[in-house]
Formats: sequence, C-alpha cells, structure tokens
Amino acid sequence: MTAYVIRRLLQAALVLFVMSLLVFFGVYLIGDPVEIFVAADADQVERARAIAALGLDKPIWEQYTSFVQGALGGDFGRSFVFGLPAVTLILQRLPATLELAFAAVFLTVVIGLPLGLWAGLRPDGFAGRTILAGSILGFSLPTFWVGIMLILVFAVQLGWLPSNGRGPVAEFLGIKSSLFTVDGWRHLILPAINLALLNIALMIRLVRAGVREVLPLDYIRFARAKGLSWGRIVGVHVMKNIMLPVVTVLGLELGAVIAFAVVTESIFNWPGMGKLIIDSIQRLDRPVVVAYLMVTVAIVIFINLVVDVVYSLLDPRIRLKDLDH
Amino acid sequence: MSAAIVDDEAPWRRMVSAYAESWLAMFGLVLLVICLGLALAAPLISPQNPYALAQLDIMDGSLPPGSEASAGFRFWLGSDDQGRDMVSAILYGLRISVAVGAAATGIALAVGLAFGLIAAYAGGRIDGAIMRIVDIQLSFPAILIALILIAVLGNGIGKIVFALVTVQWAYYARTVRASAMVERRKDYVEAARGLGLSSARILFRHMLPNCLAPVIVIATVQMAHAIALEATLSFLGLGLPVTEPSLGLLIANGFQYVLSGKYWISMFPGVALLVTIVAINLVGDRLREVLNPRGPQ
Repeated sequence: MTAYVIRRLLQAALVLFVMSLLVFFGVYLIGDPVEIFVAADADQVERARAIAALGLDKPIWEQYTSFVQGALGGDFGRSFVFGLPAVTLILQRLPATLELAFAAVFLTVVIGLPLGLWAGLRPDGFAGRTILAGSILGFSLPTFWVGIMLILVFAVQLGWLPSNGRGPVAEFLGIKSSLFTVDGWRHLILPAINLALLNIALMIRLVRAGVREVLPLDYIRFARAKGLSWGRIVGVHVMKNIMLPVVTVLGLELGAVIAFAVVTESIFNWPGMGKLIIDSIQRLDRPVVVAYLMVTVAIVIFINLVVDVVYSLLDPRIRLKDLDH
Repeated sequence: MSAAIVDDEAPWRRMVSAYAESWLAMFGLVLLVICLGLALAAPLISPQNPYALAQLDIMDGSLPPGSEASAGFRFWLGSDDQGRDMVSAILYGLRISVAVGAAATGIALAVGLAFGLIAAYAGGRIDGAIMRIVDIQLSFPAILIALILIAVLGNGIGKIVFALVTVQWAYYARTVRASAMVERRKDYVEAARGLGLSSARILFRHMLPNCLAPVIVIATVQMAHAIALEATLSFLGLGLPVTEPSLGLLIANGFQYVLSGKYWISMFPGVALLVTIVAINLVGDRLREVLNPRGPQ
C-alpha cells in the first residue's frame, strides 16, 4: 500500500515536472509582453528597463530554473497586469471556484441520483424513458449556451435571479463563503445549475446502468424472497453495490468541474480563477497563466490520486497492482 | 461467388435493420443528414453571403425574426448588430463547426488507431509507454488540456484542430488497443504470420478491420465532443479567429445583446449547435447498441 502511494506520488511529480516544462516553454514562445507594457514611443532605455523589470533579459533556461525554484516555494512570479504575486491572485479566487464546484457536485448528487434510480428501476415506463431522453439532451447541450439561455430566461425575461457576479460573503466557522447569505444563494443558483447539468446527465446514465446491472442478480431475488420491503432492497442492497462507481466518478468529476468552471465563470462573471485565466490568456499575463495551469494540474493530480487510493480501500476485490499495471 | 457475397452482406444488413428498429435513432440520422447537407450547401442556399460586407446594410442591424431586409428578403431568424442575416450566418457557421469537428475527429482517429495498434502488436515496453501516456492524459479534463495547448500555441484554425486531436487521440488508442489485444491471439493472425506477411500488412490489412466496430462508436461520440469543445473555446475567445466565425463565435457575439432582450442573435446559433450535437449523439447511441450486443451501457 505504502509502496503504491509512493509510486503514485513519484509519478505525479514527474507529470507535474513535464507539465511545468511544457507550460513554461510553451507560454514563453507566445507573444511578447514587453510590447504591451511599454508605450509605443518608448526609447531603448525605457524598453531595456521594462525588460529587466520583468526578468526577460536573462537566458531562458535561467528564467526556467528561477521559475522552478520559485514554484517549489509557491512563488510563480508577479502578474504583469496586477503587480501582485500570481499565486496570491489564484488563491484569492480559488474559494469562489471551489464554492461553485462543490455546489455543482451537490446538485449532481441530489438531482442525478434519484432520477437515475427511477430510470433504472422503471426503464420502460414513461418517466424512465423521459429521464433517459433528458440525459441524452443534457449530454448534448453546450454548457456555455445553456448559461446564456438561463440568463435570458431567469434574469432578463423573468427577472427572478441576478445574472452577474457573486453575492456578499459572510464568515461562518472561520470559512468565508457566499453560501451563508441569502443574496449569495441567489447569485449561486444559476451558475451552479449550469455547471452541474452535464454531470447530472452523466450521473443519471451511470446510476441507471448500475441499477439495471444489479437488479437481475441473485442476491436481490433472495432479498425479495426473504420478504424485505422494496424500499429496503433499493435503499440498502442496490445502493450499496452501485455506490462504488458513483463515488469514483463523482471524485473524478470534481476535477473536471473545477476545470470546466472557466466557461461558467466567464458567462456569469463569477470572480473565480477560471475567469482570471481567460482574461490572463488574452492579456498575455504569463505568470498568472502558468500559475493557474500548474495549480489546476496539481489539484487534478491530487484528486485522481485520492480517488484511486479510496477506491482500492473501498473495494477489496481491486488489488492495487491491477490499477497500476 | 454469390454465396460469398451474401455472407459478406448479411451482418451489414442485420445491423442496418437493427438500427432502423429505433425510430428515435432514425430521426437522429435524418436530422444529421439534414445538418450535414445544410453545412455542405451553405453558400448555395444562404439568402446572403454574411461575410461579403458590401451585402450588409447597417440600417438592417438587430432586427427581430421575421423582419424584412432592405435587400427584399426576410430575416426569418432576425439579424445581428451589423445587419447580417442570422439564417445565412448560422449556415456558414455550421459549415465551419462541422468542418473543424470532422477534421479533428478524422486526424485523431488516424493517430489513435496507429498508436493503439502499435501498442497492442508490439507489446512490452512500447505498449507500456504508450498506454502510460494515454492513462495520464485521460486523467485530465479535456478542457484543461485544450486550455494548456491554446495558452501555449495561441489560436487559429490549425491550432484548434491540433488541440482537439491532442485531446481525443487517446480515446481511440485505448479502445483500439483493447480490441487488438483480443484479435492478436486469434488464429487468422497466426496464419498471416505463418504466411510470412509483414507486420504492417498484418496490422493494417488484417487486424484493423476487425477492430473497427467500437472505434466507429467512439468516433461518433467524439465528433459531437469535438464540435462542442471547439464552440466552447471559440465562445471563450480562445478558438477560431473572427474571420472564421463558427457557431460558438456567433453565440459569443450575441451574448452581449442578450441582456437587452435581443435573444435571437445568440439563441438560434445555439439551437443549430444543439440540434447537430443531439443528432450525432442519437446516432452514436444507437450504433453503440447495435455494434455492441453485450448489453446496455
């Protein structure tokens, strides 16, 4: 077990290293930030000063080694635009993104799980067919367009909910979140639904397939023969056996949701790190782009690692050797 | 001779009739053919060329659906802020979206097939290395990989296709490797090897056709993904340039007018995008059931 975790950690470190090379040298090759930060009529001296201030006068490998040294200590350089350390910028925005991501995962569970169960238990009924058709539609709906349509209907036409930004933040148990204010909820609902939609569709299909696979098995028939109530059979015996893939996929989807938040945040002007990265790519704000990519890659690697380890703990049939073939 | 032909055709016929059993899937197929036809014929059937600036009249700007254009025809789906007919813009946009999606899917398919077959056939270290890369790549969300590539490469039509291919090749590689690993042990491969055929010939002429069924299913689903991902990136301003306005870019342009209630500029391109993706997914769903008789998934 320990050996497995260590090997996975080493692999994670290697992936991070390759990513850092790719991202740093790749980002280095695009655009020339000096052109943006120096006035068109600047003379050579001013240009040279700007280049030196940005650290661009050193050879590229030296920039990379100082980048890695900094990155290991959590320092990705200062944003060209904000003048603040890039990591500070990312960390300032991370809570808003996490709030959105967790809200989306929560919606996925409370909506997707019951609908999936229903569709799995009654696959040929009207509701079951409708739910399945709805999940195909949910897969096909482009996230960004759904976001625009949500704004159009609920903010513009009906005027029920705000279309823009995050609500006021309150502190509870030391956690600052807009979940603790009513206006915060009003701001959160549309973006969270938008971000959750694809995952709800995925959850429905996953649970439905799981239920259909489990229902014909012997132990369900024995449970019925034993006279257990239908509610108990579904709630305990079916659920227990479909939970494993559900939990795994949910864990993996958390990473995808954090990455996909770039779209939802751009539409709803949600002040998370996804909105920051899109702005930064367009402004050629290199340190922020690099910091975002490294932080997000690290989050995804971490989540994958945790999911794999938890999976192996939950299911004694899976031997870690198989996972790491 | 004729007996051989019948034997050859029988599985195809069975599949076609199995496919046709689902009216929803037939509906999807018809829809898909219409979408592709419209995309192909866009320059012939559009009321105007939406990118010939001489044909646009700024006085026609932001007209609601059904208004009459100064040139005489009707804006059935309204016009955008520059007086561009939305029907024409959508037809041209669909053409670009479908072309980019098809190009990306085709190249990713070829690359993935090649790597998957090589991994299965070579085995050992080569197999390990290729599959390790596939596993690692698939553990990252597609949009994150696309973001990294676009941050690195910048945008443009070729770079978007490259990003989409990079995101997608791994799915094909994994799928085709799995089927090829099964095929590899079968007698006909052994026989071909016994005949002294070259590895390349065995791989591409003998094993490849037997590995295609699951790949076709993946390809339809991935084509829908490619179109959606390109639209998403273009919407974010990271995809195609303004000179190549795909459906995603049209939706992005209309977004700023949504708040003032001019819904048509953003809504109708989205409907076109949605219909295309639904059509592809319906077809793909049915193909999965027909080509993979093992069960519902």
